[in-house]
Amino acid sequence: MLKIENVCKTFNAGTVNEKVALKGLNLELREGDFVTVIGGNGAGKSTMLNAITGVFGVDAGKILIDGVDVTGLPEYKRAKYIGRVFQDPMMGTAATMQIEENLALAARRGKKRTLRTGITRAEREDYRERLKILDLGLEDRMTAKVGLLSGGQRQALTLLMATLQRPKLLLLDEHTAALDPKTAAKVLDATQKIVEKDHLTTLMITHNMRDAIAYGNRLIMMYNGHVVVDVSGEEKKNLTVEQLLNLFSQASGSDEVDDKLVLS
Amino acid sequence: MSSFINALPGAAAQGMIWGIMAIGLYITYQLLDIADLTVDGSFCTGGAVCVMLMLSGWNVWLAMLGAVLAGMLAGLVTGFFHTKCGIPAILSGILTQLGLWSLNLAIMGMKANQALNVNNFKLLVNLRYLQEVQKGTRPIFQYPLVVVGLMILAIVAVLYWFFGTELGASIRATGANGHMARAQGINTGFNKVLGLALSNGLVALSGALLSQYQGFAEINMGRGAIVIGLAAIIIGEAAFGSLFRNFGLKLLAVAVGAVIYYMVLQFVVSVLAINTNYLKLFSALIVATFLAVPYWKQEYFHKKVKEGRHA
Repeated sequence: MLKIENVCKTFNAGTVNEKVALKGLNLELREGDFVTVIGGNGAGKSTMLNAITGVFGVDAGKILIDGVDVTGLPEYKRAKYIGRVFQDPMMGTAATMQIEENLALAARRGKKRTLRTGITRAEREDYRERLKILDLGLEDRMTAKVGLLSGGQRQALTLLMATLQRPKLLLLDEHTAALDPKTAAKVLDATQKIVEKDHLTTLMITHNMRDAIAYGNRLIMMYNGHVVVDVSGEEKKNLTVEQLLNLFSQASGSDEVDDKLVLS
Repeated sequence: MSSFINALPGAAAQGMIWGIMAIGLYITYQLLDIADLTVDGSFCTGGAVCVMLMLSGWNVWLAMLGAVLAGMLAGLVTGFFHTKCGIPAILSGILTQLGLWSLNLAIMGMKANQALNVNNFKLLVNLRYLQEVQKGTRPIFQYPLVVVGLMILAIVAVLYWFFGTELGASIRATGANGHMARAQGINTGFNKVLGLALSNGLVALSGALLSQYQGFAEINMGRGAIVIGLAAIIIGEAAFGSLFRNFGLKLLAVAVGAVIYYMVLQFVVSVLAINTNYLKLFSALIVATFLAVPYWKQEYFHKKVKEGRHA
């Protein structure tokens, strides 16, 4: 479903701030894979997602989604294939627009925007049913401005928007990191439900090792701009946090373990 | 005071004409979150094109259509500078505006002004029609307040419909949150250009109406237009913001804001007898104050709360 071939990306090349973010990254996701991604700060996790979505172009390599080479496509054209939830709850929704308007915009992802009405009556009913699944009471506030919602509610809504029209690829960039533990659990639970129901091919970045083990059928660890650990199936299910930390220090070739990795 | 009351219909008519300009500005300023300085130039472009086309024998409606298209072209250029050349929006507008100064002169045959003799042309609005209807020598449906009022209603109706469509909603999303818009497959660059073109088309229409109303187009007629437009938006929001939630009503509030602005100006001129040279200074100060108030509220109000929490 997703194929990343030898992708390289360097920021500020040729300056003192030069930062090699992706160094020959290779990754292939099969249809229905739910892959959790871990790695220390600066490992290239977010850069990988941004390279897939086309926030910036890459220096070398190829990105294919469902066989289509999207490497040269602008961000808004790739959106046809991709559902996205950002780390920052403010980024995924339009605050000054209503809940139902946000959903209607998402329902038209990858389609031509015409002069037909922006939201139909039938759609409204559909959205009401889908919002009920989130169990946040949003189905009764469909004409409320999204800016009035809490961070958790906005993240849940963004998740719904990302999957409203079945994406070929769902990308979650630490989408629960900015939420309190209780809300984070709720949003993760909703994520699990939706991914399972629609058999979505998913990449989920997380800083929480337990979540990385608990969710998905495959786990990858990134270090220094490429994948250093890739476990799946039974092997992944039986992983413990300690084993994961060991794997990390082996892969990174030092005993140095990133603070943030340990803390979470 | 009586001179003020006599001047009120004229002030209201001018206010309504500028109200169309302010509605155009609302599209860029409020919906796209761009302060578009193109308008200072495209307003005059609208007037100049309308007058010159009429002088060469065009029908008033076609001349106004020409003015709208010219204004849209100006918006297109600003959009091109911004989205295809990577120039910040505000600077893009300034560049177009400066270029338009030369073009506007060229449109007017390298003259600073061009007059339309009201006796020789069938105009849509004119200061003299206003007086003639009041005297009873002209039918009421040619009263400028009626004509411009109907145009505003038609424009608001069309914009209300348009911004409710899939395309219109995607323009609003572009201004509200570009990241979200692109993630939902919206071509934000195209939408900005479209919004700028639409906005400047309305601004030019307003310029075309003003040139008919005053009977001439002149090179400085758009100077400070953005400030007048902002004043109208701000006054409309202050007067009706808590009352009008509906998008159509918000647009109407902008037009009413422009009328209030012109009535206040008339008051300042005829009752307080202040030299009209100072009007632009007053406008600038009033708009600056209104723009500052929300900032001050946030800055000083929120700081206090934070200090309280620490204590």
